[in-house]
Amino acid sequence: MKEYLSKYFTLRKHNAQVAWKKAKNRKMCYIFLAPYLILFIMFFVFPVVASIYFSFTYYNILEPPHYIGLRNYISLILQDDIFLIGIKNTFMIAVITGPLGYIMAFLFAWLINELPRWIRSVAVIVFYAPSIAGNCYVIFSVFFRGDAYGYVNAALINLGIIDAPILWLINPQWMLPICMLVILWMSLGTGFLSFVAGLQGVDKSQFEAGYMDGIKNRWQELWYITLPNMKPMLMFGAVMSITQAFGVCDVTMALCGYPSTDYAARTIVTHLFDYGFSRFEMGYACAIATILFLIMILCNKAIQSLLRRVGT
Amino acid sequence: MSKMSKKKANEEEVYKKKLIRRRKPNRSIAGDIALYIFLILVAFVMAFPIIFAVSNALKPLDELFKFPPRIFAQHPTMDNFSDLFVTMGKSWVTFTRYLFNTVFITFVGTAGHLIIASMGAFVLAKYEFPGNALFFKIITVSMMFTGYVTQIPNYLILNKLGWIDTYWAIIIPAFASPMGLFLMKQFMEGLPTSLIEAAKIDGANEWKVFAGIVMPNVKPAWMTLIIFSVQGLWNNKASTYIYSEERKTLVYALQQIQSGGIARTGQGAAVLVVVMVVPILIFIFSESQILETMASSGLKD
Repeated sequence: MKEYLSKYFTLRKHNAQVAWKKAKNRKMCYIFLAPYLILFIMFFVFPVVASIYFSFTYYNILEPPHYIGLRNYISLILQDDIFLIGIKNTFMIAVITGPLGYIMAFLFAWLINELPRWIRSVAVIVFYAPSIAGNCYVIFSVFFRGDAYGYVNAALINLGIIDAPILWLINPQWMLPICMLVILWMSLGTGFLSFVAGLQGVDKSQFEAGYMDGIKNRWQELWYITLPNMKPMLMFGAVMSITQAFGVCDVTMALCGYPSTDYAARTIVTHLFDYGFSRFEMGYACAIATILFLIMILCNKAIQSLLRRVGT
Repeated sequence: MSKMSKKKANEEEVYKKKLIRRRKPNRSIAGDIALYIFLILVAFVMAFPIIFAVSNALKPLDELFKFPPRIFAQHPTMDNFSDLFVTMGKSWVTFTRYLFNTVFITFVGTAGHLIIASMGAFVLAKYEFPGNALFFKIITVSMMFTGYVTQIPNYLILNKLGWIDTYWAIIIPAFASPMGLFLMKQFMEGLPTSLIEAAKIDGANEWKVFAGIVMPNVKPAWMTLIIFSVQGLWNNKASTYIYSEERKTLVYALQQIQSGGIARTGQGAAVLVVVMVVPILIFIFSESQILETMASSGLKD
């Protein structure tokens, strides 16, 4: 055992020495990377570590943080009913809009792929515009206004389906479905662009070969040729849509208010805002952030291992 | 001679067309038509809220409150926009100041991001050095969670640095956005290494290779980084990091007007259009370059 360990360490030492020598030779590379590296560590890596650290403390900015163990997590899960609502809502939104938005992004990218060039570029603009249109989603609060001036109410009353206007954005029953609708409307984002570009890059000769081998229809073509070729883009798109699906807060805050009636549209991120920037309970907010972080990373890993099997 | 070549080209054209025809065997015309109709319907649904937002901004006030509500403006006017400018002109902090704040943040943030991220991407893509793969892995992991996770520690860090309530609180973190570096690196990997080797043989050092050869060859990626960065910064309300009214951004000021209640409904509608028009226009003009960059955006194992 001892021998084995000493061998292991000499090997490690040797490797480290080799790496050090290489690094010395490549000093230029580090100089190039340094500005980005420093900022990246400062604003992306370090904050994650800091947030994990603060999540074990009580910290309100005025007093120095003091260690309280797992108490933040315990009270989050056992006592904070509103957080549980937030988790439930976030998962509902993520589970429904995440996969649906992802499939929509791929489906439309695939469908417009065979269109003539200029129609395709117009279609890309039309489909992509909602996700970059600033806070254009606020317009949905005009559609779904609670009184008879709202378009949806007016239309439904005209058709005789309802006889009194529905308070779409105040009635907890309707809040989440409407938010999901809006999020779906905005879900053709960066991943969609990646799909469009990736589909253009699929080698045409593979299709020819596929027809020789007896591929009958576009669905077979999709599964056996297109999807395996698109795997890297599919991964990228998945990362984008998972990140978006769990980070929902802008839409719910703009449409349903902050806080919303009965907290019916609360998500993990709005809960984080509430504790971080309204109540300044930074330790508690960091515990929320850490939970969100873990959920996102785990979900990404799970989806990636799932996507590796596509087309095999 | 020219006739011959023309004929030949013509023949080739016909041949190519046949190839394209052949590319879609067993594809029914009915299916194609159904597809087109489906796409047109969906495109209409996607575009409708945006079209509606524009038409709303063109409605005079009385039409905005008409019952039953109408979708399109009957007597379109630009009143809402001119009212908006009047309101902005009367505000305590002038309109030009808000505009300057946003333009300054967007411009400096984007330029810095482009330079710093390209420098990093260049060495990550084209050189082997210890820590290369590990660092890139960390970047991809960092794209897997939203910025909200790091917001609170970021606030504390910026506070320690004394940057809260300055432009730098928005600009400097924007430099390090992982998405830009990721896309740039993936795109640079597509550059032929021989290009760099040749320059090196001619005696160029890394800086010269970077500035003289690599950067001019990745212009499509520039546009992509620029549009993603501009999108983020233009829409940045910056209300958590900046308190002083005179340093707040245009979008923030506009949204204050928007939340001004019933009396500001018309101006609010105009605000929506003003805010969304900039990113959409930039995208329309740079679409082909962006798609070219996104073609290499895949995440490999």
